[in-house]
This record gives sequence, structure tokens and C-alpha cells, in this order.
Amino acid sequence: MSVAAIFDESGHPLQDTAGDGPAPKAIVVAYGFWIFLLSDIVMFSAIFATYAVLAHATAGGPSGAQLFNRTRVLVETGCLLLSSYTCGLMSLGVEARHRVATYCAALITFVLGAAFLSVEISEFAGMVARGATPERSAFLSAFFTLVGCHGLHVSFGLIWLVVMMAQVVTKGFREAVVRRLFCFSLFWHALDIIWVGIFTVVYLIGTRS
Amino acid sequence: MPRTLSDLKANVAASWRRGRGRVLAFIATASLGGCSQGVLDPQGPIASAEKTILLNSLGIMLAIVVPTILATLGIAYWFRASNTRAVHLPDFEYSGLLEMIVWSIPAMTVLLLGGIAWIGAHELDPRKPLASSVKPIAVQVTSLDWKWLFIYPNEGIASVNTLTIPSGTPISFDLTSSGVMNSFFVPQLGSQIYTMAGMVTHLQLRAEKPGVYPGFSAQFSGDGFAGMNFAVNAVPPEQFTQWIAATRGKGPALDAQGYAALARPSEAVAPLTYGSVTPGLFGSVVRESTQSIDRPRAVPAGGRMEN
Amino acid sequence: MNILGKLSWSAIPISEPEDLIASGLMILAAVGVLAWVTAKGRWPYLWQEWLTSVDHKRIGVMYCVLALLMLLRGFTDAIMMRTQQALAAGGAQGYLPPQHYDQIFSAHGTIMIFFMAMPFIIGLMNFAVPLQLGIRDVAFPTLNSVSLGLTASGILLTNVSLVIGEFAKTGWVAYPPLSELRFSPGVGVDYYLWALQISGVGTLLTGINFVTTILKMRAPGMSYMRMPVFCWTALATNLLIVAAFPVLTATFAMLLLDRYLGFHFFTNSGQGNPMMYVNLFWAWGHPEVYILILPAFGIFSEVFATFSGKPLFGYRSMVAATMAICIFSFLVWLHHFFTMGAGADVNGFFGVMTMIIAVPTGVKIFNWLFTMFGGRVRFTVPILWSLGFMVTFVIGGMTGVLLAVPPADFQLHNSLFLVAHFHNVLIGGLFFGVMAGYNYWFPKAFGFTLSERWGKAAFWCWLIGFYVAFMPLYALGLMGMTRRLQHYDNASWQPLLIVAAAGAIIVLCGIICQIVQLVVSIRDREQHRDRTGDPWDGRTLEWATPSPPPTWNFPVLPRVEGKDAFWIQKQHAGGSGAERGEPLRYEPIEMPKNSATGFVTAFFAVVTGFALIWHIWWMALLGVLGAFVTILAFAWRERAEIEIPAAVLERGDRAYRAGLNR
Repeated sequence: MSVAAIFDESGHPLQDTAGDGPAPKAIVVAYGFWIFLLSDIVMFSAIFATYAVLAHATAGGPSGAQLFNRTRVLVETGCLLLSSYTCGLMSLGVEARHRVATYCAALITFVLGAAFLSVEISEFAGMVARGATPERSAFLSAFFTLVGCHGLHVSFGLIWLVVMMAQVVTKGFREAVVRRLFCFSLFWHALDIIWVGIFTVVYLIGTRS
Repeated sequence: MPRTLSDLKANVAASWRRGRGRVLAFIATASLGGCSQGVLDPQGPIASAEKTILLNSLGIMLAIVVPTILATLGIAYWFRASNTRAVHLPDFEYSGLLEMIVWSIPAMTVLLLGGIAWIGAHELDPRKPLASSVKPIAVQVTSLDWKWLFIYPNEGIASVNTLTIPSGTPISFDLTSSGVMNSFFVPQLGSQIYTMAGMVTHLQLRAEKPGVYPGFSAQFSGDGFAGMNFAVNAVPPEQFTQWIAATRGKGPALDAQGYAALARPSEAVAPLTYGSVTPGLFGSVVRESTQSIDRPRAVPAGGRMEN
Repeated sequence: MNILGKLSWSAIPISEPEDLIASGLMILAAVGVLAWVTAKGRWPYLWQEWLTSVDHKRIGVMYCVLALLMLLRGFTDAIMMRTQQALAAGGAQGYLPPQHYDQIFSAHGTIMIFFMAMPFIIGLMNFAVPLQLGIRDVAFPTLNSVSLGLTASGILLTNVSLVIGEFAKTGWVAYPPLSELRFSPGVGVDYYLWALQISGVGTLLTGINFVTTILKMRAPGMSYMRMPVFCWTALATNLLIVAAFPVLTATFAMLLLDRYLGFHFFTNSGQGNPMMYVNLFWAWGHPEVYILILPAFGIFSEVFATFSGKPLFGYRSMVAATMAICIFSFLVWLHHFFTMGAGADVNGFFGVMTMIIAVPTGVKIFNWLFTMFGGRVRFTVPILWSLGFMVTFVIGGMTGVLLAVPPADFQLHNSLFLVAHFHNVLIGGLFFGVMAGYNYWFPKAFGFTLSERWGKAAFWCWLIGFYVAFMPLYALGLMGMTRRLQHYDNASWQPLLIVAAAGAIIVLCGIICQIVQLVVSIRDREQHRDRTGDPWDGRTLEWATPSPPPTWNFPVLPRVEGKDAFWIQKQHAGGSGAERGEPLRYEPIEMPKNSATGFVTAFFAVVTGFALIWHIWWMALLGVLGAFVTILAFAWRERAEIEIPAAVLERGDRAYRAGLNR
């Protein structure tokens, strides 16, 4: 028999014992979103693998060692990791159904994410100005695609965050909104994990002396 | 449910009547037309070894497949609903012994064939030099749109869409492409291998006897693909030496301009020979194909590539 | 900068008679259907009941309809190829110049795999899995509708390429450098890439949907080892989709970046690496063929058990074999290019791994044999397709194992032997499987069975036609004929190619029989009405519902006591249908509301895809914005569900039980 169950605020049990029928919606949505994140990680893996194969295909053009700046990467990493922390704070705010805390934490998360993006865009712009464009070599194509794909995901995340705040404003902390906020924070943390992969494989290994 | 087995039998009989003539015609044409000039008619040691492996593997697999097919038809027929003589085992859904057999048969077959695959892959690796007392002839192969260029670096001549080689002598091929991927293939002599720009693949073949063996590309490369045929003329070694001597110095020279002219797209090119080749041309082809700017050929408005 | 990008009037093939006729016929057919619907005033019905439906059963049917239509298109390509090759011997050029022939074989492969096979299996899984699991719908019903819409978008774009522009001329795999801008400057490869990217997103979403559904939503009491085998194969298939399709998305994205922005992933210049494309493509491509075949295996498991009147033999083994195939399918991809020159160790490894996959497949074949053993086999149309599969697929599997031996592959790669092999397993395996599933589940979906007589005629035509069309190709491969030849010099090949063309005509007869079967069955539907919901004396839960089931499938979710849950229910009830599993109490339920999200997303996907293909940047931007607005509209909708009152459930259920006793 089942033990004392945990319920969400609509009275639906959150615990899911095997064979007891379909799981409650909150669990189903979160699970589905996890599967989506895994598929996204597979996509990144394919791009990572391509980057690894093409990492030395500089076609006589600049290499990573000549282009990358570890300090700048440190700043980017700091922004992104900190934004994950503030995203966690936002999740706490959501759990407590505290609007102001949610909005504030979301705003800081947004600012940090935007800061990350602006540093990255300025890096790209600098490289393009030096002639290190993605059309220059296979290595640069792979670099811009891998790092750029992550940046694109961050951009989508920022748009999503704005939309979510609009949803909190207009609909409050309805079940559906809370589920979506949970998915957003999963997404945001996953982007952090991918970034760890990127700065290791691309920047740290790429500037190894 | 309606009794359908009589329908089944009637259908089979009708199909056989319908198909009988066709089947016989097919068998006739297949056996007449056919085994020559292909994989089953090897004219070199590589092709022979590959044919042997193919037939051995086929035999092993047929030993499994034929009984399985017979069992399928037999069991289905015997246990048809209308057959009350058949034993009725409505709860027969598990047997440890049968499971063990059912997993073992494929596993053992695969073990055997896997061994053949592993050993065969090593013995017949395209790069592996052929054991021979005769010194190999080097040929550098370049696939272009849509013809084959063969350079004899040590003899200083080249040919297009025709490959003359001495019989009984190993030929050591270095292969590349001027652009898109192709696959160099002479079925009667042995393995095919891809040709790719900026890279050099390797292949070793030998023709046992003099003869003419068809060759072609086995990797689709565009509109002129079907015309990328060449003939391999295996001739006795003395005749080969004479051919070299006769070809040298005659006909056009394959220099940078000559190559550039050749590289322009053309189809169904008639065989020709070059009396001289700039040394190191093959190497420069390999390098150049990665250097070229990828400017697309002009496309008329409407986005359609019409010839 | 032209406001319409690369688009101009010369994109329409006015000067090419074959193109013009094909386009004209297709447009005529499409316009004809739309006109007929309008004349009958059926748009409201179509919109409310089908296009905005999020019901998995309706979505499943629509997927199968798309698949059947694309079967006709892909088969037309096939007949054209066979007749061209039957004619173009010696110096003859046939009637299809290379520019057309190359598009036709590329379209044939692309359409058959992405727009016939995938939609068919996804359609059957959509229809049957929630019913078999004893639940009401998939995890994300609206997302399901979006998946359908995106698949339809890919199909529409591919067919538009026939009328406006051209299709890829690279083969369905589109290897670079041939598919790069330098060697394929037209829009054909762009049509291919965008159509597949768009429908690929749809497929990925289906994968996520079904993995979640199968793992997290089953009827009470249905543990993993009580699931029908079709649900296990659906799980394995969708896991493969989730793990493999992102690789294809990434690969095509890289090729698109090469073509649109001058990147150097796979170009010759800039030190690009075309071999990387080949590896990535087949890292997706091999799991893809298992995505195609595993649902067919699941269908056969259901069909053999049902029509033998016995449980499936070796359930655990079948599950283990399915999951083994799922995992191993990721370890064999290099066997698609042994001849790229990887070296003996690498070739040997992948050859051995490929053979290892044959083991669980062989286990399944034997278990199906033992399922029939001791049973009372009824020779219905689904069983005929299944028996045809058993015989045909083992031959195809055998030739696959032969090709897995690298030195044999060195002689047979890219030959007609290879073409015969994969058609052998795809037609004998996948297609026979979906035909079995189509005949098996049709009565459940529509409330009447299909004509047995025409079904059998179709089967025999397909079986005989397949052998006549493809056995000559094995011989031709051994004779040295390679694939994708628009013409050939060796006249001794021609007789066999004529035989193959005759085989294609026999298959055409099979297709005609299938069309007749459908027409005749609809005409005679009252005679073949399925009044009990269980026309085959089935074993699994989908047969515990009326035919067709109500939107909510089950008024009360069944409590599952073991494998073959419905069979157990029938045993307990001892033959009296009315007592079987009657609920004590009906409670109101919530069902997802219909939504236009899927349809509207599809519209914007087509607009975006078309715009990107033709470089009409402002239109592409509008399309993306439109899709974004659609998502916002979905996110802001007030009601996501509608309530079904208990009285409605009870009324429907009582009518169903009354029908059981007749």
C-alpha cells in the first residue's frame, strides 16, 4: 500500500508509485521537459563532436590560442553561473508564491544573462573585425556554431523569461504558469551545464600552452 | 471466421500459373546474361578472395534462413485453425530450453560470421600490399566531373577513361578527387574505394590474366555520373612496356593548363592519353582541391540548375 | 536585393513537359479535393473534428492518410525509375534526362522514408499506444497536433518543389561536397534540408511525447512487464527518435550554414571535412532504420498472438531483444561506408557489431514461430502480411549480414545488391508491418472491417510484385551494376531490368487493390460493422472499447491485472460481455480542448520554410514571428480542458455494453 502522499495545491498526489495509473500533470510535464533537454544535449553533442574533429582545421587562419581570452571567458562564466543562482532564488520565490521576490530575482537573472550575451557578442564582433570570420576556416565555422548555438539558446531563454514574467503578471501563480516556470529553470540550469562543457573544450583546451 | 485456406491455395495456384513464365524467363536471362563481368567472375586475387568470403557467408546464412522459412510456412500451415489434428497448446508461452536455443543459434552463427568479418577485414584491407615477387606499378587516380584520370608517376604518362596495366603485376593506387566524392570500382579485380578531395585513399589490386575489365564510379556524383565508365586493359608485361614507350611523348601534355581544361565539367569523355605529365601534378591536385574558392557555378534565375 | 529573393517566374517548369504534367496532375488532385469538400459544405466538420483535434486517434488517422498519399507519390517516382532503367540500355537515353532522373531518385528515397514510413508508424503508434496503455491520450495532446502539422509542412514543401523550383539531385542522403553550394547551386538541396528540418522537429516532439506517455502514464496496475509488446517497441522507437533526430538536426543545420553563410563544415575549401557529414548522417541514419522497423516488429507480435489465439511466446525475451536492438543500433553506423577507407580494425569492429544486432532480431523471428506453434492460426489479412514478412525479412536480413562482412561490402557497396537488400527489409519488414497494422486496427478506428477479399488480393500482388521487382536487382548487383544510373552501356543488364519493371507494375496492381479495398469497404460498411469493438477476439485493451472509441477512450480507466489485460478481463467475465469490468461509479473527467495551434504552426512553418529556401528574408522573419505569436496565443489561452459529465460517460458505456451481448 502507498505511504502518506505528498499533494500539490489542487489535491493531486505528487508521488507516483509504479502501476498506480497516470502520473499527475506536474510530474508528466517536468519529465517530458527533461526528455527534451536530453535531446538538446544530444544535439549539442553532435556539434561538440564536429568541433573536436575540426578544432585544428584552421586553413592557415587564426587558431583558438590566438583568439581566445581567458579573462573574458571568466567574466562570461561568472555571469552565467550567478544567473543560475538567481534563477534558483526565483524558483524559491515562485514556491513561496511571492511576486516581488520572483520579479526581482527574474530581473537580475535577465540582466546577468544579457551581460553574458553582450560579452559574447563583443567577442564575436572583435573576431570578425580581425578577419576571423566563420567563413575563414572550418575551425572558425565550428567555433561560431558551437558557441553561437549556446548563445542562441540563452537568447531564447531570455525571451522565455520575459514571457513568463508577463504570464505571472497576467495570470498569477496558476498551476500551468508554475509548471512552465519550473521548466524554464531546468532549461536555464541545463544551459549552464553546456557552458561548462564549452569553456572546457573550446576555451581552456584551446588556449592550453 | 470464414475458412480461408482454400482461398489461399487457389490464390497460390493462380499466382504460380501467372508467374511461371516470368520466373522461367528470369532464370534464363540471369544465367545467360550473367555472371560474367561482375563480382562472381573474379579476375584477380582480391576479387577471388572476396567472392569466396561472400559465398561462404551466404552458405552459412542459408543454413539458418532456409530452415526458418520452411518452418514458418510449415508451422503456419499445420497449426491453421481448421486443422483439428494439430496439438492445441493455448498457454504455451515460455520454455527456458527453447529460449536458450533461440538465443544460441543466432549467437553462434554471428560468432562464426563475426570471425570471418574480422579476419576478412584485415586480410583484404585495401591498403594492404599484395604479396608478390613483382614490383608494383604505381597509378595515381583522380576522379573529375565526369571522368577518370590515371597518372603513371614513374612512367611519366597519363590517360583518361582507360587504364592499361600489366597482368600478373600488383598495381598500387593512390586515389583522390578533384571535387565531389566518387568511388573507384573494377568489380572483377576487387574492392572499391572512395575518392575524396584533399585526401588520398589507397588500394592494391592485381589482374591475373590479360583481358578487358569494366570499371566505373560507384558513388553518385552528379548529372554525368552514368557516363563515368572506363576500361581496364590488362596486357602482358612486355606489351605494357611497349605501350608506355609508344605513348610517351605523343599526344597532349598534362600540365597545369591541361589539367585545368580537363577539370571543366564534361560527360561521356572518349578515352585519351597524355604523352607527358608534370611531375608532382597529383600532389598539387590534392592540395588545390582544398584551396579552391567555393564559388558556385552560375545558376539561372528561378533557382533551377538546367543544363 | 530582390524583394522575392531568388524567386522568379522561371522557377515554374514551363519548358519541361514531364514536370509540367506531374505538377498539373498534383495541383488538379489537390484542387479537386478542396473543391469537393467545399461543395459538400464539410469545412466546419473538417475544422472542428479533424484539423483542430488533439485526439490521438484522429491525429493517428491523419498521419496514416498523409503516409498513404505519399506512398502514391513515392511509388510514382519508383515506377518512373524502373521504366527509365528498363529502357536506357546500350546507347539509349530513356525518357528521363539526368536532371530529372536525379531528382526523382532523390525524391523517392526522401519521400518514402520521411513522408511515408515515418508518418505511417507514428500514425499507428498514435492511434494504438494510448488505447493499449488503458489511458485517454498522450502526455502532450496539443504538442501532438503540432508534430502532425510540422510533418505536413515538410510534405507540402517537398511537393511544392515539383511545381516551383526543383528538388535535390544528390540522392536522399545528400553527401557533401555534392550537396554544397558549389556543386548544387540550385534550390533543390535547400528544399530537401528545410523540409526535413521542419518535419524533423515534429518527429522529435513526437518522440518526447511518447517516451513520457509510456513511462509516466499507464492504466492502474499496468507495470512495465504487463505492457503490450507494441508499447515496448513504441518505447524503444521513441527513445531512438529522441536520441537520434537531434543529430540530424545538427548535421543539416551545419550544411545549411555552409550553403547560406559560407561556413566550412563540409566544404572542400577552408579545411572542411565531408567525411564528418557522412559519419554524422549515418549516426542518425542507422538508428532511423530501427525506428522504422521496431514498430513493425511490435505489430507482428500483436498480430501473431491475436490470430493464433495464444499469448506471445517469450514475452521477456522479446522485451530484452527490443531494448538490445535499441542500444546496439547506435554502435553500427560505419557499416554504411566501409569503403571510405577507415582501416581494418575500425571496419572489422563495426562489421562484428552489425552482426551482433542480428541476434536479437533472430530471437524475435523464432519467438513468433513458437507463438503460432500450438495455436489455431486464422489466415486473415494481417496474418498473411505477417507470414509474408517472416519469409521476406529473413532473406533481407541475410543479405544485410552478408553486407556486414567488410570485404563483401567492398564489392557490393552502392550496387543494386545493396538497393535490393534495403528494399527487402524495408518493404518486407516495415511496409508489410504497417499494412498488417492498418488492416488490424482499421475496424477499431472506423467501426467496420476492411474487405478481406481485396485485402488478400493486395497482399499477393505486393508479395509477388516485390520478388519480381527486387530479386533481379540482387543479380544485377552481383553482375556489377551500381545504383542511381540514369543509363548504362551493358545491354545484358536490360532483361533483368525489364523484369524488375514488370515487378513494379505488379506492385502497382497491389496498390490499386488497396484503393479498391478502401472504396468497397466504405461502400459495404454496414455489412462489416464491428458492433462489439472486438472483431478479432483480441488480447489487449484497445479491443475493450467501442469501435470507434469515444474521445475519452475509457469511461473509467481499467485496472490491469496482468499481461494481455483484455484477455484476462474476458476470462474473468466468462463470456458474458456485460459483466466484464463494469464500473461501479462514473465520475466526470477532463479532456484536452481542441486547438488550432497545430494547424497554424504548420502554416507558419510552410511560410518560413518556403521563404528561407528562396532567400525571401522578410517573409522568413514574418513566418518566425507568426510562429512565436501562435505559441504566445497557446500560452495565454484560458481553458485548456473541457469537462465530460458523468452522465455522458455512463450513457456511452451502457450503449457499448448493450452491443456486446448481441
